[in-house]
Amino acid sequence: MTAHEVTEQIAAGQLSAQEATEACLSRIEAVEGQVNSFVTVTPQHAREQAAQADQKIAAGEASNTLTGVAIGIKEVMCTEGLPSTCSSKMLESFVPPYDATVVECSRDALLPMVGKTNMDEFAMGSSTENSAFQVTRNPWNLDCVPGGSSGGSAAAVAAGEAFVALGSDTGGSIRQPAALCGIVGLKPTYGRVSRYGLIAYASSLDQIGPLTKDVTDCALVMNLISGHDPLDATSAEVPVPDYTQHLTGSVDGLKAGVPVQLLGEGIDPQVRDCVQAAIDQLQDMGLECEEVQMPHIDYSLPVYYIIAPAECSSNLARFDGVRYGYRTPTETDDINELFSHTRAEGFGPEVRLRIMLGTYTLSAGYYDAYYLKALKVRTLIKRDFDQAFAKYDVLLSPTSPTVAFKIGERADDPLAMKLADICTIPVNLAGIPAISIPCGFVEGLPVGLQIMAGPFAEEKILQVAYAYEQANNWHKQRPAL
Amino acid sequence: MAFAPCIGLEVHVELDTESKMFCQCRNEFGAAPNSRCCPVCLGLPGSLPVPNRKAVEYVIRTGLALDCQVAERCRFARKNYFYPDLPKNFQISQYDEPLTYGGHFHLQVNGQQKRIRIRRAHLEEDTGKNIHLPDGRSLVDYNRCGIPLMEIVTEPDFSSPEECRVYLTELRAILRYIEVSTANMEEGVMRAEPTVNLIDSDTGEATPMVEIKNLNSIKSVYEAVKYEIQRHWRCLESGEEMYQETRLWDEQNSLTATMRRKESADDYMYFPEPDLVPLVPEHEWIEEIRASLPELPSALRQRLVERYELPEYGAEVITADRDTAVYYEQIVEAGADPKAASNWLMGDVMGYLNEQSLEIADLKVAPEQLAELLALIESNTISGKIAKDVFVKMAETGQSAQEVVKAEGLQQISDESELGRLVDEAIAKNPKAVEDFKSGKERALGAMVGYIMGQTRGQANPQLVNQMLREKLGQM
Repeated sequence: MTAHEVTEQIAAGQLSAQEATEACLSRIEAVEGQVNSFVTVTPQHAREQAAQADQKIAAGEASNTLTGVAIGIKEVMCTEGLPSTCSSKMLESFVPPYDATVVECSRDALLPMVGKTNMDEFAMGSSTENSAFQVTRNPWNLDCVPGGSSGGSAAAVAAGEAFVALGSDTGGSIRQPAALCGIVGLKPTYGRVSRYGLIAYASSLDQIGPLTKDVTDCALVMNLISGHDPLDATSAEVPVPDYTQHLTGSVDGLKAGVPVQLLGEGIDPQVRDCVQAAIDQLQDMGLECEEVQMPHIDYSLPVYYIIAPAECSSNLARFDGVRYGYRTPTETDDINELFSHTRAEGFGPEVRLRIMLGTYTLSAGYYDAYYLKALKVRTLIKRDFDQAFAKYDVLLSPTSPTVAFKIGERADDPLAMKLADICTIPVNLAGIPAISIPCGFVEGLPVGLQIMAGPFAEEKILQVAYAYEQANNWHKQRPAL
Repeated sequence: MAFAPCIGLEVHVELDTESKMFCQCRNEFGAAPNSRCCPVCLGLPGSLPVPNRKAVEYVIRTGLALDCQVAERCRFARKNYFYPDLPKNFQISQYDEPLTYGGHFHLQVNGQQKRIRIRRAHLEEDTGKNIHLPDGRSLVDYNRCGIPLMEIVTEPDFSSPEECRVYLTELRAILRYIEVSTANMEEGVMRAEPTVNLIDSDTGEATPMVEIKNLNSIKSVYEAVKYEIQRHWRCLESGEEMYQETRLWDEQNSLTATMRRKESADDYMYFPEPDLVPLVPEHEWIEEIRASLPELPSALRQRLVERYELPEYGAEVITADRDTAVYYEQIVEAGADPKAASNWLMGDVMGYLNEQSLEIADLKVAPEQLAELLALIESNTISGKIAKDVFVKMAETGQSAQEVVKAEGLQQISDESELGRLVDEAIAKNPKAVEDFKSGKERALGAMVGYIMGQTRGQANPQLVNQMLREKLGQM
């Protein structure tokens, strides 16, 4: 069931929040052993919130459309009194004394939280294999990865363990797992959703967003979490529309660009065919589509792998064993030894790699050649997007160059792993919003269509996505689990 | 050789805001360890900084008072280094884009004017404090962490410890005048770190630059700089090897000692703080701040000298603190003689405040009340000597001078019949003194005056007593 179906049935008195939550909990009971979506399942917490939600609903005091709809929250977001580990040994024991702003929104609106979802350690990865605790499997094929880093959130929604989930996206970490798990995932405009309480990977790129079964649910979650937050200096004071108002089913009068750089080399031909078919269909529906050149997009990957590790090396410096989290058992009187043992033992290999990369590029003598140059190229990439959006309402591309790959397949090929994000990374560098929606299958595995728009134009994305979704049945397919 | 000392000063000042730099924790000194902390200043994962507008305003105020430019747009930057008192292992500071820059400052040393260039005044956050226990354990108190900290850096324009002393004294006064900090060095609210070396301006040859830390008073800055200059001279002469290093001032033994050598420049891997947007102070806001600046100490000092004919020294003492200067002008405005007012302020009033460890703002005697006391002396209602006791009484009770004098019956006795009786009595009771006086010993008069003063508890009008005694003795 989708979240809006749950709320419709609750409103009609056919279902209670507690029954809906129990359904998720039993589903977790049944499939979690195979899927491993959650680091922590929180049934007691979910049941308490569901009971409260039913009281509010009965009293006619539900504060949000989604009140009573069970949610999964990625381990990267702080939840007061509940572990928030970032799927890292470093934070295995960390229980935050506060809620992330989005978690507070969800808690206040009484969305029963069924658990904290698995992820690549500190959100670094594209397969969720970098979790220190467990490997999450793709509900469509348990031998495959669910994508990442929000693989747990995507798998949980696809497997019916939660109606909706929250993820975070730094280079594609919401959209790519959504694509690989056959669901909807939106990365909002940078500044649209508060980052307060999101354990930072790369502050200038990170953004929280929804993972849902369909576009309507996505709009509902966006209504819940969007808006200015005084606790986040980078959050924008831009009014939030009611996103559901833009789900008209029509694409009349809208123009789309198709960046040639995102449909060429490196895209699996079968995936390309699926995406091209979706573009053709949208054109038939009245969306005016044409190819567009965005030359600087080709530099996105190297720019990302300079900026993100640089910010990460500084953001993750605080994990040193002094105040909280993992501390080395090695006895030492030297504070620097305490730091280096703790960090060498507490972080996994991918995290260590990115910290070292970032430390290197920020060092005196290298800063200008790497970080500063990357910032300049980032500006050029942004300019490509600005120019495109001066002409087009949306841009269309594949979300992931391939469908879900086998677990372990790319473990020894870090470059292939990083190429998984070539279509999604430019969006983070430009700070714009983009969605991934299901647009077909290749050998039984879902393919995602990415729809991008200019800053704070999420409603245009949702409009096009909804029109496409309603003309197809992809979003109604469920994995046989 | 034409070597000359070349000294720069880097001063850190904790700003006197209500809350911390990037969170809402209270900014206060002396609370129980780790009781003024929150997820933001503890740098807990997921927390984000939000800048304190007041702190930005205070740096702009300071920048304007030091003739700096205010940046139209500037950024915070992260200074990355690992240390336990720094919970994020980076400090939010400013690097290549300071909030204010390019100012200058006029020093008055030995009657000579000297211009000191101010490189920048920028904003950052303070760190926590490590406490090392005797058993080898170390504890950290994060209360200070995140307190707004301003860094004011000069160019290396000072050439003597005395210039450093005058600069710091004046800077402290300015910071207090513009009400951005208590600038108390003893409490560590203001901290100064000089860099010292000798440069031969002809050849460009220089001794290695030394930075001195652990200075907790202006006097110790003076002493340490003086010591360091002498050490450099000694090393130059003896050929002893010198290093670019940080040295610690040892107050007890009055010398500096190596803390750590700098083989290469520290690499703090600065980069723009991605959690904060650029600061863009609006033009109107800057002008508002400029318009709200009070008269600065140097201008006020000059005005006091000119208008009230105060000596330089007196003007300096009175203007060292803005409240004192305001107090002074209020006494004079209430009708007191400027000279008498400054004498009283620097003498009895400051003496009393020191003794009681009070600030002038705590003084129970209003300036108008002090003017009234001075008027009572002027009109001979009380003697200057009695007035000292009256002042203490006023300061203790908050009563006016008139009230104290009345309640204690301290009016000067100038009634001639009353004094005539006492003069007769004094002569009768001091036959030896009378004899001595008559035989030409002037000083013998003192014994008789003393007798009368004793009988009247000091209230007799001394001039009148003297005059009447002489008259009476002359008739005998």
